[in-house]
Amino acid sequence: MLRYTLHRLLGAIPTLLLVIVLAFLMVHAAPGGPFDAERALPPEVAANIEAAYHLDEPLAKQLGRYVSGLLRGDLGPSFRYRDYTVAELIGTGFPLSLKIGLLAILLALMVGISSGTVAALRQGSMLDRIVMSFAMTGISIPVFVVAPVLVLLLAVKLQWLPAGWSGAPGAAKYILPVITLALPQIAYIARLTRASMIDVLGRDFIRTARAQGLGTKTIIRVHALKPAMLPVLSYMGPAIAAILTGSVVVEEVFGIPGLGQFFVRGALNRDYTLVLGIVIFYATLIIALNLIVDILYGVIDPRVRNE
Amino acid sequence: MSLLEVNDLTVRYGDSAVVDSVSFVVNRGESVGIVGESGSGKSQTALSILGLLPGNATVTGSIRFDGQELADKTDQQLDAIRAMSIGIVFQDPMQALNPYLRVGQQLRQILLQHELANGAEADEKVKKMLGRVGLPDPERQFHAFPHELSGGMRQRVMIASAIICEPDLLIADEPTTALDVTVQAQILDLLEELRDDTALLLITHDLGIVAGRCERLLVFDGGRLVESGATTSIFSSPENAHTEKLLAAALRTDRGEIRAAANGKTVLGVDNASVSYRDKSKERLVAVTDVSLSLREAETLAIVGESGSGKSSLVRGLLGLIPMRAGRVVYAGESLEGPVQFRSAAQRRDLQLIFQDPASALNPQMRVQTIVGEPLLVHEAAMSADARKESVASILNKVGLDESYLRRFPHQLSGGQAQRVAIARALILEPRILICDEAVAALDGSVREQVLELLNDVQRDTGLSIIFISHDLAVVRSVSHRVAVMYLGQLVEVAETASLFSRPRHPYTRALIDASPIPDPRVAPASAPLKGEVPSLLTPPTGCVFHPRCVFAQEDCSKKQPGLRRFGGSRVSCHRADELEL
Repeated sequence: MLRYTLHRLLGAIPTLLLVIVLAFLMVHAAPGGPFDAERALPPEVAANIEAAYHLDEPLAKQLGRYVSGLLRGDLGPSFRYRDYTVAELIGTGFPLSLKIGLLAILLALMVGISSGTVAALRQGSMLDRIVMSFAMTGISIPVFVVAPVLVLLLAVKLQWLPAGWSGAPGAAKYILPVITLALPQIAYIARLTRASMIDVLGRDFIRTARAQGLGTKTIIRVHALKPAMLPVLSYMGPAIAAILTGSVVVEEVFGIPGLGQFFVRGALNRDYTLVLGIVIFYATLIIALNLIVDILYGVIDPRVRNE
Repeated sequence: MSLLEVNDLTVRYGDSAVVDSVSFVVNRGESVGIVGESGSGKSQTALSILGLLPGNATVTGSIRFDGQELADKTDQQLDAIRAMSIGIVFQDPMQALNPYLRVGQQLRQILLQHELANGAEADEKVKKMLGRVGLPDPERQFHAFPHELSGGMRQRVMIASAIICEPDLLIADEPTTALDVTVQAQILDLLEELRDDTALLLITHDLGIVAGRCERLLVFDGGRLVESGATTSIFSSPENAHTEKLLAAALRTDRGEIRAAANGKTVLGVDNASVSYRDKSKERLVAVTDVSLSLREAETLAIVGESGSGKSSLVRGLLGLIPMRAGRVVYAGESLEGPVQFRSAAQRRDLQLIFQDPASALNPQMRVQTIVGEPLLVHEAAMSADARKESVASILNKVGLDESYLRRFPHQLSGGQAQRVAIARALILEPRILICDEAVAALDGSVREQVLELLNDVQRDTGLSIIFISHDLAVVRSVSHRVAVMYLGQLVEVAETASLFSRPRHPYTRALIDASPIPDPRVAPASAPLKGEVPSLLTPPTGCVFHPRCVFAQEDCSKKQPGLRRFGGSRVSCHRADELEL
């Protein structure tokens, strides 16, 4: 297991390197620069600023400088948030994004797994069809549509929940963003759970459990849930990635001061180091989470442990 | 009142009845066998008793157990009967046990569910049960996952789960079909020993299994119960034509015609072949060690042995499908290159192969015509489409399939028809050597007979040489001229069929013969001739590889490898071959 983990960690290095180089080139290829404003700066001033941030150097040299900074754990200074380093900005925004993301994942797992299981047990029934149509809808509608519609309905019309973030009291402000983020994941997890539960319930060992008189509840809990969760577990990697990218939109819509908002601002402002820093941070996070998922896979399925 | 009274039971899927108006009884303590070919409805009958049929099955009729009507009970109501009053053992314990749960946990759950024990007491009961079904070191096996156990051990766990609540009726649905013969004998003995006064309903396609072990028989055909009665009278004077057919197709190891030795010239020689694999943990696993064999023209050479004996690895090595670590293969005076892609087209077309499971050996997306004609595309590239079609039709005709089969897909064929198609594909190039890897193992008795006859005819007409890999000694006895017995990758005995069966010289050969059940109630079943199971290839025993399981083993046997020695026409690898009377 340890060897496997080390192996996977080493394998992540080229992936990460590729992400860094591609992201670096793409950010720099975008038209405009961090210090372009509506009113052009005097050429001497612009030249001074560019020299201070090494933007006047050849691209390859800048990339080398950036990577060597990364190796020292330094994501560099933000170009637009003066006096802040990128690391500090991530430290400011990420805790809130993490909190909302985790809540969304938990909600998605709870609702998705239970509704998927119920649908599988009553395969072909009205209930099954209702759950599955909801799931299909949830998958089809993008976050940037769901978010404003929910705000319009629940916050503006019915006034049950706050529409924005700042000034809203307590826990209520979390509800809409978390639901918006979780909805497509609920839908996907419900469908996955249903399909894999149906598959597992058709296996011979479930027939054995029935022959032992264990009853549906025990069969699901003891025999079926664990194997049926394997596909859901594999999906956790992509799901977390989807929630992270989804949070960019959701934070913008609800005005949440999380990492997603920094990301959007960074991109609009051509804040090279900030955008790069967040991309690398997210990429590392996603690679690490996928590794954890793979390790958990071995915990659930004893047969893959010694491979 | 009988323990189980089934009356007018019918099971339907849509419009087709797979069990059709079946009535029978099982008395307390009685052992009853249900025999029939695949699709005869025997398993469906068993499953319907416990209400385990899939949701789209409709069951009508009455199933009375101990005075209660089971047919109209709900699933929840049946849970009180299941395991408590009726236990069931399924065919394939790899599939039938939950691979994600430890053995102990699976058994404990049954006790918890039926409130027979709790906590530490339940664990104790489970461990005691594991000991009773013959698992060595129950303390350790309690924590094992099913995949960590051998097939035989898994089936013992399955039996433990079926009898842990001490039911009145035990249903065993093909309980030994997935196991080796020596292990089969052990499992059947165990069932007999443990069942005490529990009634047994034993379902099987193998008449040899029920002959010595069941008091009464129920013969199924096409969903109907066609004959029932005392086992002895059914075997001695069957009244139904189908029963007669089943009995006639049942081969036995103790009598029947044996083919005389073939005297043709040698066509294929294998010299000192060794094959090894690397397993997951990169450890080398030697599957075949230093095997030398020859095959004559128009000869059928059988290779027998339990799983893990290396029989399939040997033929894959000689076909060049996997690399051989040492040794060489000589065909028609020429040494064959290792990997098959380096062999000449002529060499490749002369050696053909048929597999065990025709359903997975035929591409489901191709029609029979394309499947059978495919080898011609490679080896007779110049042939016109019409000529190809003609030769496909003619070879199909030879294997007993008319032109209407040309346009069919594999799923539209029965098992026997599919195996004929596989044979036709192998024969279309007119090979000199045909290798049959368990080619009739998945077929019913009557179909098996036809396929064997077909191979026989082809051999007589064309002088084809056949290597026939099988675990079934009764089949081997009826088809082969010579037999090679393998154990743990080594050749332990090679002899002409007649002398091998009349005077086996290796204790393992004797044990294999004794373990094969004889379909005759007058012959008492030999109790399991071998204890234990085939050891791991990763840690082969020292000296003679068979010594840990051999009842004749002496001190020497664990130290020195015996090596093959000649005895008349036989070659035997046993230190005591000259003194033992087996």
